Amino acid sequence: MADRKDTVLYLDNISVSFDGFKAINHLSLYITRGELRAIIGPNGAGKTTMMDIITGKTKPDTGTLLFNGNIDLKKLDEVSIAELGIGRKFQKPTIFENQTVYDNILLSLDNPRGVIANLGYVTTKSTSDKIDELLEIIRLTKYKNLEGSNLSHGQKQWLEIGMLLAQDPDVLLVDEPAAGMTDAETADTAKLLINIAKTKSVIVVEHDMEFIRALNSKVTVLHEGAVLAEGSLDQVSKNQEVIDVYLGR
Amino acid sequence: MISDKFYKYLGISGSSFLCIMGGAILIIVASNTLLNSDHPLHVSSYVVTLLGKYLCYAILAISIDLVWGYCGVLSLGHGAFFALGGYAMGMHLMREIGPRGVYGNPVLPDFMVFLNWKELPWYWYGFDMFWFAILMAVVAPALLAYIFGWLAFRSRVTGVYLSIMTQALTFALLLAFYRNDMGFGGNNGLTDFKDVLGFNIQENRTRLVLFVISGLVLMITFMFSKILVDSKYGKALIAIRDSESRVRFLGYRVEHYKLFIWTLSAGLAGIAGALYVPQVGIINPSEFSPANSIEAVLWVAVGGRGTLIGPVLGAILVNGSKTILTSAFPEVWLFTLGAIFIFVTIFLPKGIMGLFNRSNRKSNASGISKIAGLRKIFIFDGKKDG
Ligand SMILES: Nc1ncnc2c1ncn2[C@@H]1O[C@H](COP(=O)(O)OP(=O)(O)OP(=O)(O)O)[C@@H](O)[C@H]1O
Ligand SMILES: [Mg+2]
Repeated sequence: MADRKDTVLYLDNISVSFDGFKAINHLSLYITRGELRAIIGPNGAGKTTMMDIITGKTKPDTGTLLFNGNIDLKKLDEVSIAELGIGRKFQKPTIFENQTVYDNILLSLDNPRGVIANLGYVTTKSTSDKIDELLEIIRLTKYKNLEGSNLSHGQKQWLEIGMLLAQDPDVLLVDEPAAGMTDAETADTAKLLINIAKTKSVIVVEHDMEFIRALNSKVTVLHEGAVLAEGSLDQVSKNQEVIDVYLGR
Repeated sequence: MISDKFYKYLGISGSSFLCIMGGAILIIVASNTLLNSDHPLHVSSYVVTLLGKYLCYAILAISIDLVWGYCGVLSLGHGAFFALGGYAMGMHLMREIGPRGVYGNPVLPDFMVFLNWKELPWYWYGFDMFWFAILMAVVAPALLAYIFGWLAFRSRVTGVYLSIMTQALTFALLLAFYRNDMGFGGNNGLTDFKDVLGFNIQENRTRLVLFVISGLVLMITFMFSKILVDSKYGKALIAIRDSESRVRFLGYRVEHYKLFIWTLSAGLAGIAGALYVPQVGIINPSEFSPANSIEAVLWVAVGGRGTLIGPVLGAILVNGSKTILTSAFPEVWLFTLGAIFIFVTIFLPKGIMGLFNRSNRKSNASGISKIAGLRKIFIFDGKKDG
C-alpha cells in the first residue's frame, strides 16, 4: 500500500454495485502527484464507473476515497469535487452542442463560478488571449465561432480536452480520448497528455494500445471491477491472466 | 451614440424587433386618438385594450421562455405567478374604490362587508399605496417561486416531475383562492374597480395609457432579457439546459443558476399580471387554472422557445386567433388549440422563429425524429452526459 501523503488519489477497497451487480469490486488504486497513469481493461471492466466514483457522480458502497491524502471525496458532491481541482473528460464527448467552440472554452475557464460574478462578467483581453491559445493547442482556431454540434467526433474530443485544459484542474480524468481520432491525432493527443502530466496528475482510460504505448507510463489493468495487473505495458501484456481476459477466456 | 450601444447589445434582430414594436405602438396610439371613429383605419379603444392584454401575455411568455427555453425547466404553473401579481394589483384597485363601493365602507371592500368582516385582514395592509402593491406584485410571486425552487432544485427534481409539481402548485392556489375565508373575494375575485392612480379606469384615455405602459414594459423586458441571456450567466444557463451534469462537473452550482432565473421569471410574470388586471377589470381564481399555464407554454412553443422574439410573436398570434375564433365559432377554439399544438410539435419544433433560422434544421425528416421532437419540445431530454 502506498503512502497516503504522496497520493493525490487514494482509492482503497472500493466497492459499488448496481442492483446487486458488482461493477466495482474491492478496487484499490493509488495515484501519486504528477503521475500519468493508463487504465485499460475489457468493456464493462468498470473503468468509467471508477471515474464516476472519483468525481462524485456515483457514491461507493464501501471503501476509502481520499484526495490529497486527507479530503474525503465520499462526502462531497460533483461541484465541490470539481472545485477541489478534479476535472474530467467523458467517454462520450460531452460538449455544449448549441454553443460556439469559443463559448465552450469560455464556460470552462478557471474563473469564478457564482451567479453574480457571471451576470456581470466581461471578457478581458487576457482571457480572450488565453482562449485563443487553447484553441491553438486543440487546433480549433478555425472553428472558433462554429456551434459545437457541427464538429466531427474527433473535433468534439479535442474540444472536450480543451475544456478540461481551460478548467485547469490538478487531476485530469480522461476517458477514451482517442476514440474517433485519426492515427496522427491520436499520437498528438498522447504527446499533449504527456506534456500535461509534467505538472498535473493524469489518469487516462483507453482501448487503443498504440496510444497506451505512446504514453509510456504505468498501466493498470481493470477486470470485473478490480485491479488485475499493474506495471509497464510490456509487463502487463505478458501477464497470463491479462492475456486470458483479453482473449475472453 | 446611443443607437450604437443599442445595436451592440441587442443585435440586428433584437433592435429591429424593438423598432417595429415601438412603431406599432405609436401607430396604434395615433390611430386611436387622431382618426375619427368611422375612419376605416381607426383602432377602437376596445381593440386597444385587447392588444394591451396581449402585450401582458407576451411578457408572461418571455418569462416562461427564460426558464423553459433557456434553462430547460418547463413550468406548467407560471399562470400562478401571473395571477398573484394580478391579485396584488387588484387589491390596490379595491382599496382605491374607497367609500364608493355598494356598502360605502371607506376601508373594507364590499365582499368583506358582505362576509360581515369587521376589519381589514393584516395581509391587506399597505395595499392602499400604489408603490406597495407594485412591489408586492413582484415580491409575492418571486418569494413563492424562490421557496418552491429552493426545495425542488436542491433535490434535483427535473423534467416531467418538476412540471407536474408546478401544475400542482397552481391548482392548489386555485382551490385556496376560491375560498371566501382566504380574504381575496372567493369565487368572484376582485372587480368593480373605479380608478387607478386617480384616473377613471373605464375611460378611453386611461386605457390607452395602460396599453402604452404595457408596451413599454414589454420592450424593457425584452431588452433586459436579451442582455441577460447573452451574458456569461445566460451562456451557463443554456449549457445547463443542454447538459446539466456536464455543467456540474465544471464546478457550477446548477441549483443556484436555476433558482435565480426561476425567481426572476416569477417576478416578471407577476408584473405582467399586475398590468393585465386594470385592463381587463377583474381578477378571479380562474386565472390560477392549470389550463391557463399550459396555454401560455403553448404560446412560447408556437413562437419558438429559446428565442426572445418567438414568445412575443406566439403570445400575440395565438391570442389574436383565439379572440377571432372564439367570437366567430366559440365551440371550435379548444380543438384549434389542440391542432396548433400537434402541428407545432411535429412540423415546427422550433416554432415560428425556427422558420427564419434554417441553419441548424436537420431533423423533422423521418417519423422517428418527429416523435423524438414531440418528446424534446417539452422536456429537453437531450441530457447525454456520460
Ligand atoms: N448506472 C449504472 N447502472 C447499472 N449498471 C451500470 C451503471 N453504470 C455502469 N454499470 C455497469 O457496470 C459495468 C461497468 O461499466 P463501465 O461503464 O464502468 O465499464 P467500462 O470499463 O468503462 O467499459 P467500456 O470500455 O465499455 O467503456 C458495466 O457492466 C455496466 O453495465
Ligand atoms: Mg467506459
